[in-house]
Amino acid sequence: MQTDPSLPSSGPADTKIGSPRNFLALRSSGVRFAIVYALLFSLSAVLFLSVIWWGTVGLLERQVENSVVADLRGLSERWTEGGLPALTVAIEDRLEDNFDHDAIYLLMDPHNHRITGNLLVWPADVTASDAWYQLSIHRPGFHSVAQAQAQAQALTLPGGYRLLVGRDVRGRLMLRNLLADTLLWALAMITALALGGAVLVRSMLRRMIHSIAKTTSAIAHGDMSRRMPMRGRGDELDEVAEAINEMLERISRLMDGVKQVSNSIAHDLRTPITRARTRLEYAAHHAEDETALRQAIEHGVDDLDRITVVFDALLRITQIEAGSRRSAFACFDLVPVLEDIAELYEPVAEEKSIVLSLRLPAVLQFYGDRMMIQQAVSNLLDNALKYSPQDSTVTISAAAGANTGGNGIALSQEQIVTVAVTDQGIGMSWEELARAPERFFRADSARNTPGSGLGLALVQAIVQLHGGALRFSQRNPGLSAEMDLPLTASEVRNGRSEKKSEKKTFAVSHPEAGP
Amino acid sequence: MRILIVEDDPTVRSFIVRGLTETGHVADQADNGKDGLFLAVSEKFDVIILDRMLPGGIDGLKILETLRSQKNSTPVIVLSALGDVDDRVAGLKAGGDDYLTKPFAFSELLARVEALGRRGRSESAPQTRLEAGGLEMDLLSRSVKRDGQKIDLQPREFRLLEFLLRHTGQVVTRTMLLEGVWDYHFDPQTNVIDVHVSRLRQKVDKPFETALIHTVRNAGYMLRAD
Repeated sequence: MQTDPSLPSSGPADTKIGSPRNFLALRSSGVRFAIVYALLFSLSAVLFLSVIWWGTVGLLERQVENSVVADLRGLSERWTEGGLPALTVAIEDRLEDNFDHDAIYLLMDPHNHRITGNLLVWPADVTASDAWYQLSIHRPGFHSVAQAQAQAQALTLPGGYRLLVGRDVRGRLMLRNLLADTLLWALAMITALALGGAVLVRSMLRRMIHSIAKTTSAIAHGDMSRRMPMRGRGDELDEVAEAINEMLERISRLMDGVKQVSNSIAHDLRTPITRARTRLEYAAHHAEDETALRQAIEHGVDDLDRITVVFDALLRITQIEAGSRRSAFACFDLVPVLEDIAELYEPVAEEKSIVLSLRLPAVLQFYGDRMMIQQAVSNLLDNALKYSPQDSTVTISAAAGANTGGNGIALSQEQIVTVAVTDQGIGMSWEELARAPERFFRADSARNTPGSGLGLALVQAIVQLHGGALRFSQRNPGLSAEMDLPLTASEVRNGRSEKKSEKKTFAVSHPEAGP
Repeated sequence: MRILIVEDDPTVRSFIVRGLTETGHVADQADNGKDGLFLAVSEKFDVIILDRMLPGGIDGLKILETLRSQKNSTPVIVLSALGDVDDRVAGLKAGGDDYLTKPFAFSELLARVEALGRRGRSESAPQTRLEAGGLEMDLLSRSVKRDGQKIDLQPREFRLLEFLLRHTGQVVTRTMLLEGVWDYHFDPQTNVIDVHVSRLRQKVDKPFETALIHTVRNAGYMLRAD
């Protein structure tokens, strides 16, 4: 037995679940389970055996008592009907009819002489009526050595006559002893089984925990690729394993995110930092006059500002992806939010002679982070306007649907709100679309437009925080970016999102025309 | 204005102090929370610029909470390297009047400080009329006139002009407009604010001889009657 209380268990590596600990160590949950199991098992066995005892031995006892009582009552009736002679005849008849030879009768006169019956003398200790006596009796006749056990009751009749009625219970006692032996043996076996079961339960539990502990300890030591083995039985153990695996999946995704961000910082922040540094250093050494120096410094400040923008965006994406920003989730109506954003961008669109069109239902209740949704839609709109040619249309649409969100009927328990921004611009190739939400990815056709390459990555992160998906579909010409945001019924408590009321379509050249 | 700067970084602190002095303000400084709190409670300032993270056990929010618990309502602008929405909310909840994330442009800080200082001085009764250089705005009937001539504005244009009028003679940055007029706390990549302002100019300035809305280079806009 190696118990080592002096050693503090400082980490998963130290907790050796499989090591042979004291079986009685109560802090082991395996031992506790085993003890509880054994106790329960024994308790139910004892209960079961008691029922058997009561049902057999008890029943026999009660039967004997009942028949003695009935006999006594019958005989006392005969006495009332016919007096002593009738009683004597009745007793003799009954003795003759008694095939089992277990009946015991004795009738005595007031002078303590035997009148009839199969006992020779009145047992000394039988004195009172209406009481049960366990007697050792000597019986003449059937058994030569007539030591027998009997259960009897006595009755004092008018005139000093006394009547004793009983039953020989020797056979029943034998049965009782036999049964007691059997039950004792059964109890011993059950105890053994309980202990064996307890040991088994403990080792099963230990094995279960051991596999979990082994995996988690491996992960704690840096092996993030390890997963809990699934046995495919769908039992509780598999459930635990699945939950742990899911957790690990999430942790490694987060770690990938961190890794990706540090890579991004390395690649995409170093470049502008280098540029700024070079510019400033060059100016410090080679600037010919103050104007050139000032210009260089201003450029340097601009570079730093751009770096800050990228840095902020990266931080936000990582923060959102970590899922720590669900605190601001609330119910709100999407329609005014979208109308506001459209109103903000409408002059920008008008400058490029782009028509900004809205296709929104009257009300669209939504559960989420209002500011983030604003940011996401604004990023999509920003992109759409940036890559749209003159005299084209950019459409913002939103609808609640059961499935695709296109023209779905709101029936299923999980609704989806789809917010789409569609343009008629240069679009993207399929390969570019697949990579669009990646950080710092910029399509070839967009290289010359200003932008950080983080806009869609931020949209993607926001959509994922809301449990949704960002889809792109080709329009000819142009592109449609759709955010599918799930909406469970419980989240929109009061104002359930309306089954599409009539869509109002209007160009926002008069954005305030609406209510 | 007399302004207190509590900031531990010497470069940033002297940069702010020099900038404020150059623009005609009196600047006092403290480089740790203890001195900052002492100055803030013992003397009278028009605006306090408070860094959130300070050495010496007393951080910016602590100073802010102490000030507010003593019924000191000096306008406070919180400077912080923590730019998260939650941090901003925490700063404003502690009693801050404005929140600026590092790094910042001095023009942005100056514009906000001056806006706060002005708010601290005036503003007792709610105004119903705003006026600058022949431009009149009636906040009750929501009508705008310039030189007696009625100007039709859409609601958002009205609010934009109202914001500019309330800060007459002060620089208003694009971020301030985005926050104050649209209540957006993120940075749209395209410069949408410029487009809105130029649209407002079409109505307010173009039909008239002199311009009221001026662009301030590297900073923002200013409504000013010359």
